[in-house]
Amino acid sequence: MSAPARKASAARSPSALGIAMFAPAVLYIVLLIGAPFALAILYAFSDARIGATSIHFAGLENFRSILQSPSFRMAVKNSIVFTVCAQVIIIVCSGMLSIALEKPFRGRGFVRFLILLPWVAPVSLGTIGWKWILDSIYSVITWVLVSLHFYKPYSAPMWLGQPHLAMASVILVHCWRLIPFSTVIMLAGMSAISREIPEAAAIDGAGFWRTTFQINLPMMTPIVSVAVLFGTVFTFTDMTVVYILTAGGPFDSTQTIPTLAFATGIAGSDLAAGAAISLFLVPVLVVVAYLMLRIAHRAEVV
Amino acid sequence: MAIVETRHLTKVFKQGELGAVNDVSLTTEEGEFLVFLGPSGSGKTTLLRMIAGLETPTSGEILIGGQFVNDLSPRERRIAMVFQSYALYPHLTVYKNIAFPLKAQKVPKAEHRKKVEWAAGLLGIGKLLDRKPRELSGGERQRVALARAIVREPAVFLLDEPLSNLDAKLRTSAREELEHFHESVGTTTIYVTHDQVEAMAMGDRIVVMNFGQVRQIGTPADVYDEPADTFVATFLGSPPMNLVRKDDVIVGFRPEHFFPVTVLAGRAAMPESLRAVDREGPYVPISLRVSHEEYLGAERILYGTIEDGAFQGNKVVSRMPSTLASPWSSGSVHAFAVIEKHLKFYAADTGKRTAPRPGPWR
Amino acid sequence: MSAAGARRIEAKAVRVLVLVSFTVLLAFPFFWMLIAAFKQNLDLYTVENNPFKFNLPPTLDHVRFLFGQTRFVRWLGNTAFVGVIVVAITLLVAVPAAYALARLTGRWGERLGIAIFLTYLIPPTLLFIPLSRVIGILGLQDSLFSLVVVYPSMTIPFSIWLLMGFFKSIPRELEDAAMVDGLTRFGAFLRMVVPISLSGILTVVIFTFTLVTQEFVYALTFISPEARQMVGVGVPIFLVRGDVYYWGALMAACLVASLPIGIVYNLFLDRFIAGFTVGSVK
Repeated sequence: MSAPARKASAARSPSALGIAMFAPAVLYIVLLIGAPFALAILYAFSDARIGATSIHFAGLENFRSILQSPSFRMAVKNSIVFTVCAQVIIIVCSGMLSIALEKPFRGRGFVRFLILLPWVAPVSLGTIGWKWILDSIYSVITWVLVSLHFYKPYSAPMWLGQPHLAMASVILVHCWRLIPFSTVIMLAGMSAISREIPEAAAIDGAGFWRTTFQINLPMMTPIVSVAVLFGTVFTFTDMTVVYILTAGGPFDSTQTIPTLAFATGIAGSDLAAGAAISLFLVPVLVVVAYLMLRIAHRAEVV
Repeated sequence: MAIVETRHLTKVFKQGELGAVNDVSLTTEEGEFLVFLGPSGSGKTTLLRMIAGLETPTSGEILIGGQFVNDLSPRERRIAMVFQSYALYPHLTVYKNIAFPLKAQKVPKAEHRKKVEWAAGLLGIGKLLDRKPRELSGGERQRVALARAIVREPAVFLLDEPLSNLDAKLRTSAREELEHFHESVGTTTIYVTHDQVEAMAMGDRIVVMNFGQVRQIGTPADVYDEPADTFVATFLGSPPMNLVRKDDVIVGFRPEHFFPVTVLAGRAAMPESLRAVDREGPYVPISLRVSHEEYLGAERILYGTIEDGAFQGNKVVSRMPSTLASPWSSGSVHAFAVIEKHLKFYAADTGKRTAPRPGPWR
Repeated sequence: MSAAGARRIEAKAVRVLVLVSFTVLLAFPFFWMLIAAFKQNLDLYTVENNPFKFNLPPTLDHVRFLFGQTRFVRWLGNTAFVGVIVVAITLLVAVPAAYALARLTGRWGERLGIAIFLTYLIPPTLLFIPLSRVIGILGLQDSLFSLVVVYPSMTIPFSIWLLMGFFKSIPRELEDAAMVDGLTRFGAFLRMVVPISLSGILTVVIFTFTLVTQEFVYALTFISPEARQMVGVGVPIFLVRGDVYYWGALMAACLVASLPIGIVYNLFLDRFIAGFTVGSVK
């Protein structure tokens, strides 16, 4: 292609080749994300069931019954509580951890490997490991506490059996999984700050805390926000941890929107109600998407 | 305003290897503009950072204003530093950038505005106080960095190659501003650069460094006209000093002192730029076979080899105003000469300056 | 000792404390899996025994049970099978798309790129219900191919995002030079850009594969028979007989399925981070 012809085709954007290369991806996304999303909305307004051959329009019936169900209200409350608590703990912990990891030291690579394991191991497997750690009889935590005489033998609490402890356990596992992820992202954010800026702050007279909170952290805001937003989505939309750890029990105390959707839609065969429940994930996702766009836009201006 | 002094300052990064800075002892004068000049890796930045407190010396002492500062943190040393990238805090406005040192030093908030406005006024950036660094040009950023440095009225300024990130055109005007700034403020300033033109233009004195050692400290005239060793001789001046070796001695002469004989003997047209004193005195004739010539507008640079005599075969450079006629064609041989008093002598083994050796040189 | 020296030691002590406590807390479950996998049942299920040491000699029984008498190996095979095909599909679709976005679509490229990234935010727990019915209609219920079809929808968006950043960092001059030398634009893409981007492509491969092994919701929803399970679902759900959990075997299984992935992922960590952050923070 000669230079003028190339310029002309670049001006005519997008080119035919570009569209051809890009089309399969768009097709895939539309067919397997867009279409199911539309279907989810459709089902929510219908009476679809597993095994039923036809569906009928059902109006707002599903939503009405869901909103009246105590399980649902508990699920919404739990989803929010788990996500917020987990995120707060995660930010504080990964903040501390990333500051500690920032300066190189011998063995840092190995430490980083160990720290990352919760994130890279498959969710279900890490969770089942915790299920064993939190087992009502054989829990190693119980054993330690009993040996330290905090509890008499056999009288330690059932970590996954009592509502508040179960909730705490779910939050704990989420934090355990996501602290490595957040730490790694924060470390990336820290390394993006040129070395001269904290040095200038030191010369200007700022001590450790002032430099961290007034200089470093504000500069890292976009990246910390990305970590928080992703963490929020991962926790809020997660089904696996709860399903394996407590299956929503005891007495719905750890039920979340996704697990309720699964229980209702697949286990309970009521696709329509399940779809309706899962749609309640959307508002949070929309807010997250909006905030991500804001960050991306602002970063471009810089 | 204070004097900075280092005594036998050494910094070794890796055991067993040559240090980045080796046994440097120097003393600034009050209010002077002192330049640390050297190629990259010469240790000039490490030296500056040790004075700032950003690196810990392996051995040696640093004194600021007569006080030992080795154990003091940067903020306790009453210094201010301008970094290569200016290190402006990107998320703060210009005002807050300048006010930051005041805040960190717990200056009462009521005084902030007055001091910031004073510093901003000194640098002419009063109108930029509400902007963020990303909205400023390179020159404006330098001024903000300087304002932030001066707002605390430090005893010493340290500047680490602040002009190297600017493009060539901007560099000259920024350089002027720095010189003007130093004149108005008068604080002792240490300036690090690898650019010998900057060093010559700005420095009251220059510390020439290589491999972590000080080669020479002196005024621009000192280091240019009387270089202490072959490194200094070739580092300053472009094109560098001609160095030719005979036995155990190296003889040096600057390209601008290397003329056609006709100029010296008064038979050719005399450009005003040639000082009378530079034409006087016994001269050493040197026969030059020209290899090629560069015409740079105001001057001509001539490259060639010495045709005969004691220094036959050495490649040398001559530099003269282009107002002298030019019959130089490649391959031709001409009679050139250097006035004896312009010859510098160096020991071939150490490179250090030695006493002049008498002739003959043929 | 000077005040500065004392400050430095104190700071170092705090740092070490933070590092040690977090490392222990985060890595402990895996250490635990390691011990439990080799403990005899008698030892494991005696409440009074110190769980941190081997009160009875370690045993390979659980491992033997896992590999010999459960479908674990089959699950690993299923996972590998699905993984390889999904990787292939992802590469075929995402690599050209990322290139197109990075090079050819100009101003739109940025916006489309972000839009694609955002689809990564749509979780399986939102789509699994309608998809389960679609899978049923397509007759793929209980087949591994249901996952083969659906997983790329999760891997393609992020892979495009990752590769976009990669391709953008390759100077256009290289392709221009290739085209001047006679290649078409597509030819330049295939013969110049792809070989240079091998490390980015490798990153996509690793990411895709780990996502396949990690995924739970779709694998649970679409596939019921035990023999066809993926390892992420098989282990927690099917290594259970009735209400009895075979903990020893379970821990062994977790270890076997987690560690190799962990090691490989760790090697590619820096690239992932670059992929994540290259868009939001320039």
